[in-house]
Amino acid sequence: MTTPINTFILRAAGVAKQVALNGVALTILHPASFDIRRGESVAIVGASGSGKSTLLGLLAGLDLPSEGEVWLDGQALGSLDEDGRARLRGALIGFVFQSFQLLPMLTALENVMLPLELNGASDARARAQHWLERVGLAERQRHRAQQLSGGEQQRVAIARAFAVKPALLLADEPTGNLDAETGARVIELLFELNREQGTTLVLVTHDTQLAGRCGRRLQLRAGHLEIGA
Amino acid sequence: MNIVRLALRMLAREWRAGELRVLVLAVLIAVAGLASVNAFTVRMHLALSQESNRLLGADMVLVSDHVPAARLIAEAQRRGLATAQTALFPSMVSTPQQSRLAEIKAVSNGYPLRGTLRIADAAFGADHPADGIPRPGSVWLEARLANELQVAPGGSIQVGYSQLKVAAILTNEPDRGGDFFNLAPRLLMNQADLPATGLIQPGSRVGYRLLIAGESKAVESYRNWLAQHLERGQRVLGVRDARPEIRNVLDKAERYLGLAVLLAAMLAAVAILLSARHFLRRHLDACALLRCFGASQRNIVALYAVQIAVLGVLAALAGVALGYAGQMVLAGLLGKLANLVLPPANGLPFLQAALAGLVLLAGFSLPTLFALRRTPALRILRRDGMAFDALGAASYLAGLAALTALLFWQVRDTRLTLMVLSGMGATLLLTVLLAWLLVLGAGWLGARSRGSWRQGLLNLRRRAGGSVIQVSAFTLGMLALLLLTVVRGDLLNNWRATLPADAPNRFVINIQPDQVAPLQVFFRSHGQAEATLYPMIRGRLTAINGHAVNVAAYADQQTRRLLEREFNLSYADRLMQQGNQLVAGYGWNSANAAPQFSVEQGIAEKLHLKLGDSLSFDVGGTPVSAHITSLRKVNWDSFRVNFFVIANSSLLKNISASYITSFYLPAQQSDVLNEMVKAYPNLTVIDVSAIMKTVQDMLDRVTAAVQFVFIFSLASGLVVLYAALAATRDERALETALWRVLGARRGQLLVAQVTEFAAIGLLAGLLAAAGASAIGWALSSEVFNLPYHFNPMLWISAMGLGSAGVALAGVAGLWGISREAPLATLRAAV
Repeated sequence: MTTPINTFILRAAGVAKQVALNGVALTILHPASFDIRRGESVAIVGASGSGKSTLLGLLAGLDLPSEGEVWLDGQALGSLDEDGRARLRGALIGFVFQSFQLLPMLTALENVMLPLELNGASDARARAQHWLERVGLAERQRHRAQQLSGGEQQRVAIARAFAVKPALLLADEPTGNLDAETGARVIELLFELNREQGTTLVLVTHDTQLAGRCGRRLQLRAGHLEIGA
Repeated sequence: MNIVRLALRMLAREWRAGELRVLVLAVLIAVAGLASVNAFTVRMHLALSQESNRLLGADMVLVSDHVPAARLIAEAQRRGLATAQTALFPSMVSTPQQSRLAEIKAVSNGYPLRGTLRIADAAFGADHPADGIPRPGSVWLEARLANELQVAPGGSIQVGYSQLKVAAILTNEPDRGGDFFNLAPRLLMNQADLPATGLIQPGSRVGYRLLIAGESKAVESYRNWLAQHLERGQRVLGVRDARPEIRNVLDKAERYLGLAVLLAAMLAAVAILLSARHFLRRHLDACALLRCFGASQRNIVALYAVQIAVLGVLAALAGVALGYAGQMVLAGLLGKLANLVLPPANGLPFLQAALAGLVLLAGFSLPTLFALRRTPALRILRRDGMAFDALGAASYLAGLAALTALLFWQVRDTRLTLMVLSGMGATLLLTVLLAWLLVLGAGWLGARSRGSWRQGLLNLRRRAGGSVIQVSAFTLGMLALLLLTVVRGDLLNNWRATLPADAPNRFVINIQPDQVAPLQVFFRSHGQAEATLYPMIRGRLTAINGHAVNVAAYADQQTRRLLEREFNLSYADRLMQQGNQLVAGYGWNSANAAPQFSVEQGIAEKLHLKLGDSLSFDVGGTPVSAHITSLRKVNWDSFRVNFFVIANSSLLKNISASYITSFYLPAQQSDVLNEMVKAYPNLTVIDVSAIMKTVQDMLDRVTAAVQFVFIFSLASGLVVLYAALAATRDERALETALWRVLGARRGQLLVAQVTEFAAIGLLAGLLAAAGASAIGWALSSEVFNLPYHFNPMLWISAMGLGSAGVALAGVAGLWGISREAPLATLRAAV
């Protein structure tokens, strides 16, 4: 490969995952190799149990592959310890989850501030407020997660993800828990902000329409990766 | 990154959500309990050490069972030391209308050498320091005695053969034991009046004291000199061993209250463990999320450690405040018993209690916290197969170590620590094992039954772990309660039941030989024909089988004291008396039988005596020897006059004796006593029922103190219960919501819940009743030698109250949930 390393935010080389289940080795993900360029938007699609979430976890360094290696911003994840990977995640990645994952005891504003504070941002509050405004929830910042609707919660999660100015945004079934109309609005927001911020977007979905909006799709079938256009 | 700020913000949120209150309550109770008990005992110790001279009334005291030799006093005075003497004995004192037993103390000029006497001009009037001691011809009475005799300063009373003037009410006597150690009120008189009263007769038991005070070097050198000149029946008390009886009781109180409060601390530890696990388990997702956001393991630990530390410190502070109030309650209950002016406690015991609470908190929450640190971030994406890894047993070693350290610190005795630890461990293990069997049994029953309550019973088994913890926690709490209430009451009642209704309630001592015949006439004319008068002679055991008695060879303290003192010997023409049973050898039936001794079985064992051994006594200078020809078993509970050693008449009848008798006097005939004391002023009547009442009062106070400390245990037990309920609350909430979705009516839900909780309470009640009965039986038969009566009420009340109480508490805790719309619960649970 002649392209400078910096061109790729993510590189996966022969990444595979096996787990032992009741003493039987089970392959969840067969060896897969691909690169993702900065600013790209990529959809990982596949049916339930095809290994989508496993792959996402490996790309984020939430888990280590049984074989192969993942480079995040040029850093081999396998060469870092758990804390090292956590630091790298904190610096580079924003997450949006299917089940929102807001901390129930914190307000919307505090939820957005949380990763900023973990990264030692001095202007955490101002930035969090700014991003809540951007997702249209300026009025709800003092409300707790449980007092918000599903769509609102996911917008808070999006604000939280973008607030850290991530180089890479990972979204796991971001509309999975939302009705079609709300889901569509959330997706609009996600893509709009993604364009505006120039973030690399990797999203996992089984929604083909949503996948179609991405620049490229990685199709998983029973643990085998098929790389599309 | 400002972890502390984040931690505090999360803490504030958590606090409002109510999750952490259990943790705080548990620490608070443990600290409050420990602080109460320890601050109280520290105050007692401070009082003892700060006032030890005053408590002794001198710098050094020679205690003697006979008048100290003049040369001992002369030697002290030669060394420039101040001296004073006291003689202490019980005797009847009377007015024309009343007679009462008093503890008479005759003192010489100069008494007390340290501290001051305080007197008042009227009973319960304002007091002032006394100027010296009662003048010859006058006495000072304690207010209680003046009241009972209905006499005031200015009046006069009969003391032995003397008529003495009451000059003042005695309000404080520096070297007096508290209520705890005095069975009769005090009368203070001048030593110069003593011979005329005729109260000191052969056979009278009088405690003499020679008080010494002066420059400390001189006191020390006199003490060394005195050590070379001590006679038998004499010992020296220094300031360090002032009031050994208080120190003794204090030692025991410290241990027992300490152990009682440890139960609270241990239960608190269980509550801490349960709630810490529950709290941290609920934060697994939060931790996984934080890991996604780049938090390091250290960040995670710091985040939660800060929260737990802040909580711990706040709880400890509140516990210290509560403990401050608690130690005042204990001082109020027990301080008076020892007549000590308690100085305020210093900060140390409070600080120690707070630290102990924090150590417990750390020991039982940190293992869980360190497990939390390892939460896999992947959990956020895949919940399956990412169960919280159960903590290995090794993780709890920290908690166990904390508890052991606390236990050792509290009892300061390795052997006792190990005993308590293994005892509690065994009890806990047995409880858990039995609870487990019962839970399985209930599940088995559930599987074979129908209706809503079938689900309740099945739930017990489905949540077996939680159910066992809940049953065990309840069992321990209820066991403590049952022991303090039902079992204690049963034991007292059983003991009372063994006493015949006409058990003697009056003892008369100091009867002189020439009074025996007229008194027998007196008794017969007053319906007391049964009253037998026994001769009583005091003698010191000097040799066994010709070898001089070596007191130091006996390990048992009680035996040593017995040998130091004089025995009460008696003699009879025929050996057997009521309540005695021959267990070995032969008695005698005639006054002319050969000289011989009969010895009580228990004392024979203590002194390692057997049939055929020869005993030598020194009876007022006369040596007396004979062989043991029989051993007797004595029923001491009969309240009849009994003797350790009885001789054949031919051995002792020529030695002057005083006589003793006991009889039952119905309450309405108490004027018989006044008549008797008036006719024979030297007699001392001991009112057993009054003494029993005093003992009962003291026992009540001590029990109240122990019960007070058990309040902390009970509170801890409730917190454990709450924590155990809270730990399964989420699961129950989800289950309830699902039931509702599936169409269960509230009534059905209620039946299932009540069944489950009531079964837990019932099983705990059953186990607690079984435990309490077993302990009650063991105490009855092994310790107190009482017949044990099965008490069905114990079982009924334990199981009834247990099931009703737990059902109520449990259903109340879930009330909100079953009223909530199921969807809200289900959505929150996703």
